[in-house]
Amino acid sequence: MNLRAVAAIYGFEMARARRTLLQSIVSPVVSTSLYFVVFGAAIGSRITEIDGISYGAFIVPGLIMLMLLTQSISNAAFGIYFPKFTGTIYEVLSAPVSYLEIVLGYVGAAASKSIILGLIILATASLFVPLRIEHPLWMVFFLMLTAATFSLFGFIIGIWADGFEKLQLVPLLIVTPLTFLGGSFYSIDMLPPVWRTVSLFNPVVYLISGFRWSFYGVSDVNVVWSLAATGGFLVACLVIVARIFRTGYRLKT
Amino acid sequence: MNSVLSISNLSKTYASGFQALRNVDLEIRRGEIFALLGPNGAGKTTLISIVCGLVNASTGRVLVDGHDIVTDYRAARSMIGLVPQELTTDAFETVWATVSFTRALFGKKPDPEHIRNVLEGLSLWDKRDSRLITLSGGMKRRVMIAKALSHEPQILFLDEPTAGVDVELRRDMWDLVEGLRKTGVTIILTTHYIEEAEQMADRVGVIARGEIILVEEKIELMRKLGRKQLSLHLQKPLERIPQSLEHHHLELSADGMYLIYTYDTRAERTGITRLLGDLNEAGIRFRDLHTSQKSLEEIFVDLVRDRR
Ligand SMILES: Nc1ncnc2c1ncn2[C@@H]1O[C@H](COP(=O)(O)OP(=O)(O)O)[C@@H](O)[C@H]1O
Ligand SMILES: [Mg+2]
Repeated sequence: MNLRAVAAIYGFEMARARRTLLQSIVSPVVSTSLYFVVFGAAIGSRITEIDGISYGAFIVPGLIMLMLLTQSISNAAFGIYFPKFTGTIYEVLSAPVSYLEIVLGYVGAAASKSIILGLIILATASLFVPLRIEHPLWMVFFLMLTAATFSLFGFIIGIWADGFEKLQLVPLLIVTPLTFLGGSFYSIDMLPPVWRTVSLFNPVVYLISGFRWSFYGVSDVNVVWSLAATGGFLVACLVIVARIFRTGYRLKT
Repeated sequence: MNSVLSISNLSKTYASGFQALRNVDLEIRRGEIFALLGPNGAGKTTLISIVCGLVNASTGRVLVDGHDIVTDYRAARSMIGLVPQELTTDAFETVWATVSFTRALFGKKPDPEHIRNVLEGLSLWDKRDSRLITLSGGMKRRVMIAKALSHEPQILFLDEPTAGVDVELRRDMWDLVEGLRKTGVTIILTTHYIEEAEQMADRVGVIARGEIILVEEKIELMRKLGRKQLSLHLQKPLERIPQSLEHHHLELSADGMYLIYTYDTRAERTGITRLLGDLNEAGIRFRDLHTSQKSLEEIFVDLVRDRR
């Protein structure tokens, strides 16, 4: 195992985040705060409690997931897309580095950034609403699992993308809608039965539900399903990444 | 093992259907400077890219010091430094960071002393804390060379090292290559300038349309390239070349009107004076004479034709 290479890629990516600190940390924090002001304070004051939880507190796990998903994907996608775009990827491809090591470096860095971000948002949220975390270990586990899974997904998008539009396409057209419709701001029990059934096909529902369970002990779907869904998606991403590297898809001609 | 790089039956067909390499066989000797000479589009970059792991071969096998580049890629790639043709660098890293990064990618433990030597050798030491984006094109190219040397490779690939490069860098590059050769590094460079191959290489391989046409000691190749022909237009046709002129190895044209003498411009003696003296003695008179030299293009064409 070429651990020095993993550390070098990881360090390179983290340095990139430090240079763009404003973009990578400050802007998500600001937008989360805005969500709190708008949804938590303005609308929340007119919504009764959901599952016995104040609306402001109810939306925290969903908000963290929203940020976690979008940031993991865009971080990881950009991290691999950019060297591909500029051509500096030649260095990594011609080095004695295995595919696993490349993934560990790039995806590990993207996931780390998201986890740090998630924790910062959690801390920000605690300034607005009283938080309660019933299963802290599970909370951390869900945070890490989601960050890793969606960073891997972003990595795949970054390799697949051959232009900046495609890079934006999937996060914008698929992930953001799914997250908004995934119960970030409501419980799917509040939906009419038809839409409740439709929602069960949205993978993000399982993520948010499971994550919310780790906070408040209540969930839309059984937490086992949440774990299974996330784990299943992780495995699917791993299979795709393995295929990509075996064939050299979009990396080698 | 005498060969440090062994390429056999290597072919590459791109997804477009274009065949860039055709059954290439090539052995590179340990410690030599090898120039791959060929016109644009000949397949030089493709060949290097396959050896370095950037392009998948369609068929064939490459061994780097006995290590297969596919099944034993770690050992193979560890030995190789690559300076690609295209100028591609990061933007916001410093020179020091980017060169150290490459060393780490190759799994070598940090060695600031070595990095310093490399940077000094390339006149980059003063720029070590500069961000890459602030450097000129020539400086960036130096950085790419420094990166390739950061992990102390045994084999160095320089893809068109002097294309679009200023005189100073060109000179520094030759000094560098000379210095590396002394430490036993094998250097493989590509070029489409014959002068460059002539100046630097021990051996030259000529590649055209994806085929290696010939591999020759530079001295031998230069001798061929240095050949000129002297054509003597005779006043009266000859039936055959007189005995007294046999040792000049002349050719007689079919109509007997021309005597053709091939000589080496680089030889100490071209033999022309002797030839003219001998012709005079034999009573052969001529009305005109001219000399001609083959261009590199013609030589390429000849070589390709000879192989058919
Ligand atoms: N990715 C690619 N897809 C299709 N054709 C390619 C690709 N890369 C190079 N070629 C073609 O292969 C031939 C050899 O290219 P290259 O190896 O770059 O030549 P050289 O380095 O000798 O100039 C050229 O005709 C080029 O157009
Ligand atoms: Mg080329």
